[in-house]
Amino acid sequence: MALIQVNPTRMELTRLKKRLMTARRGHKLLKDKRDEMVRRFITLIQENRRLRTDVERELTAAFSQFALARAVMEPEALEEAVLYPARSVALRLGTRNIMSVQVPVIQVDPDSLKETILPYGLASTSAQLDGAIATMTELLPKLVQLAEIEKTCNLLADEIEKTRRRVNALEYVMIPDLEQTIRGITMKLEENERGALTRLMKVKDMLATREA
Amino acid sequence: MANAAKMAAVGERDAVLAFKAMGMTVIPAAQADEAAAAVRKLAREGMAVIFITEQAAGLIPDTLARYQNEPVPAIIPIPGSRGSAGLGMQRLKANVEKAIGADILFEKEG
Repeated sequence: MALIQVNPTRMELTRLKKRLMTARRGHKLLKDKRDEMVRRFITLIQENRRLRTDVERELTAAFSQFALARAVMEPEALEEAVLYPARSVALRLGTRNIMSVQVPVIQVDPDSLKETILPYGLASTSAQLDGAIATMTELLPKLVQLAEIEKTCNLLADEIEKTRRRVNALEYVMIPDLEQTIRGITMKLEENERGALTRLMKVKDMLATREA
Repeated sequence: MANAAKMAAVGERDAVLAFKAMGMTVIPAAQADEAAAAVRKLAREGMAVIFITEQAAGLIPDTLARYQNEPVPAIIPIPGSRGSAGLGMQRLKANVEKAIGADILFEKEG
């Protein structure tokens, strides 16, 4: 254990004791923060996992519908049909604070879901395309929710890792180092005191023998 | 606090065409450099969410890692037209391992 190099004085001792107190309090606070973040993270990640499984399944289904549509229609006609979207999806973007981690809140603007679903006329397109687009539209809020929650998990995981490092640094490096140094200084001061005492007794003895 | 924001999709032409129909900004990309350039461009334009197909995402891990810890954009891998390769789930798993130190979520399935 590497000791902190300081002069063994009472002033240093007081200073170090204060630092130790701060380190202990910081350690406790960070540990609580980490525990709470992990608790939230676990609920979020479970939700995330459920949502992702859903989305992946439904999206794959939508894509296969889309593939069918592509098989039935001319590629040019298909591209033409979807090229100019009749609707645009607006998102509302905000931020939320989870244990002082800024995470995004992403919501689909409800207005943008009201508009007509199909961006094309029915004459030149196939029914499969209608189905695929309808499925995709239904899936949209879920996709956005997935985006939000996945980003949240990402940011939270990062912050948890940072906090854990800090907690460990305090617990296994800072606090033991400070304790050791404080012990060292205390012992050194006590030793000095004993030395001074012995010297005084010796002097007193010498004076006594001289007077006798 | 709510700002209007937009979504975009990057990936193979077949897959992202479906997103185009929903009014997203779409950049088809099949090669790694195309995909990376597309993601950078969309991020610069302030897209809130960028969906990227797993095939494309697999090509540009570095670019994705750069945006990983920024609040926006959220870059979300989705299964492409060839189905899911499990990349999205892998990212979830990596998150769990990073945060907790051990995989407590997926161990049941091995």
